[in-house]
Amino acid sequence: MDAGEKVMEIIAREQHLDPSKVTMDSTFAELGIDSLDGVNILFALEEEFKIDIPDAVAQNMKSVRQVADSLTRVLEGKDVSDLAAMAKGGTPAVSN
Amino acid sequence: MRRVVITGMGVFTAIGKNKEAFFESLTRGHSGICRITQFDPSALSIQIAAEIPGYNPDDYFPAKRQDLLDRFAQFGLIAAREAMETSGITVKDEERPRFGVVMGSGMGGAGSFDAGYHSLYACQATRLHPFTIPKIMHNAATSQVCMEYGAQGPALSTATACSSSGHAIGEAFHLIKFGMADVMLAGGADAPITYGMMRCWESVRVLASGNGNPSTACRPFSADREGLVMGEGAGILLLEELTHATKRGARIYGELAGCGMSSDASHITQPTVDGPARAIRMALDEAGHSPEEIDYINAHGTGTRLNDSTETQVVKAVFKDHARKLAISSTKSMHGHMMGATGAAELVATVMALERGVIPPTANYTQPDPECDLDYVPNQAREKPIRVALSNSFAFGGLNAVLLVRRWG
Repeated sequence: MDAGEKVMEIIAREQHLDPSKVTMDSTFAELGIDSLDGVNILFALEEEFKIDIPDAVAQNMKSVRQVADSLTRVLEGKDVSDLAAMAKGGTPAVSN
Repeated sequence: MRRVVITGMGVFTAIGKNKEAFFESLTRGHSGICRITQFDPSALSIQIAAEIPGYNPDDYFPAKRQDLLDRFAQFGLIAAREAMETSGITVKDEERPRFGVVMGSGMGGAGSFDAGYHSLYACQATRLHPFTIPKIMHNAATSQVCMEYGAQGPALSTATACSSSGHAIGEAFHLIKFGMADVMLAGGADAPITYGMMRCWESVRVLASGNGNPSTACRPFSADREGLVMGEGAGILLLEELTHATKRGARIYGELAGCGMSSDASHITQPTVDGPARAIRMALDEAGHSPEEIDYINAHGTGTRLNDSTETQVVKAVFKDHARKLAISSTKSMHGHMMGATGAAELVATVMALERGVIPPTANYTQPDPECDLDYVPNQAREKPIRVALSNSFAFGGLNAVLLVRRWG
C-alpha cells in the first residue's frame, strides 16, 4: 500500500467518512476537515508510521495529495525544509 | 426588580435518565448505587458507585461528535437537551447574545485525563491524542452546550468541587437578575468514576464501602452512616427572566428567588457551621423570606459523619425552633454524590417537590443519631404542600452555595 492509499484510509476513518468519498484530489475544505481535524489526522499518521511530522510541515497540509506527498518525503527521510518554508506565514493549525 | 423563573429542567442520573424518571425513583426511595462497571474495581477497597446504567454514547451522539466529547460533556449535553425540550423555547437569532450558559464540574474530563496518563506513563507513549485538551478542559461542557444551542451570551464554568453547579446556577441567576442576560442554561456535569479518581477518593477515607449491599451504602443522617458514594451525571435548568417567560406563554416550574454564597476560610476539608449558615441567611435575605417561611431543605447530606452532623448544626443555628418543623432530606442517598452535577440535580428534585407537593425521602435511614436529630423524611416520600425551599451545596475547600426556590402559582 502506498502512502496515498494509507492517507485516504486514515482520513476516512478519522473523519468517519465513506472511504469512496475520499480521493487524492480531495481538499480538506471539501471533506469538511477543520484545523483541529487536521491535527488529529497528523496524529493518526504519526502513530501509524511511528514518525514525527514537523509542525511547519503540518501547517502546510490542506489536501489529501499534500498530505501524501509530505508523508512520502518524511518516510523517505528527505529534507522537508522547503515545505516548512512554504508554510511560513500560514495559519497555525490551532490557536489559543 | 427583574425576577428569574425556571422554565425547563433536565437531568441524567443513575436513577433516571430524564426528570420524570428521576423524580419517580426519588419518591419511591430507589437507589442507583451498584458495583462499578466502567472498569474492574476488584483492586479497590471501594467498589461501588452510582453510575448511569447501560450508558451507550451511540444512543445519543454520532461517532464524529463523540470524538470530541468526554463522558462528562456528553452528560451535560443530554441534560441540556431535556432542559431545552421541556422549556419549549425557541431562541431567536437576535436574542442569542442575551442567552448564556453557566455549568459546573468538579473533575472535568476525568476519564480522558485518566486514559491520557495511562498511555503516557503505563504504555510509554511519546505523544498524546490531540483531542485530549478540548475534552478534559473544565469548560468543555459549557462550550459544547453553547455551540449546540447557539448561546452567544455570558458563558463560563465553575469549579468549586461539590458546590460547582450550585454556584453555576447562582451565577446564572444573578446574570439574569442584574440584566446581563435574559435566558440561561445553568447546572453541571461530572463523570468522575475512573480508576484514578476512585483511588484518589478512596485515600481520603470518606467513601462508604457498601459491605456487600451497594443499594443501601449511602445513609445520610443515619447513625450507622459510613460515608459518601460517588455518582455521575448531569443536571441543567433553563432560567428565564419572568417577563420573557410570560410573553411566550412558558410553563413556569418555580421561581429562583435567592442565592447565598460564602467561604468557610477555615480548613480544606473540614466544614464549619458559620460558613454554610451565612450562605443560607444570604439566600433568605435576597429572596426576602424569614427563616420560618422555609418548608423544605434539600440537604447537602453527603452521608459522611462530619458533613451530616455539621449540616444539622447549621440548620439549627439559622432556623432556631423552626429547625424542628421543616423537612430535610438528602437525595444523595439514591443518586449518589454527583460532584459538580449534584447541586443541579438536587435543585431539580427540590423544584419538582414544590411543584407536586411531594417531598423525596432520605433513603436507607436506619437509626437516629443524637447529633442528627431533625426531621430527615426517613425512607418514605411525604405528601405535603410546600411553598419555599432551599437546596444546599457545601464543598470541600469550604465553598458554599445555597439556592432558594419558590413555588409558582
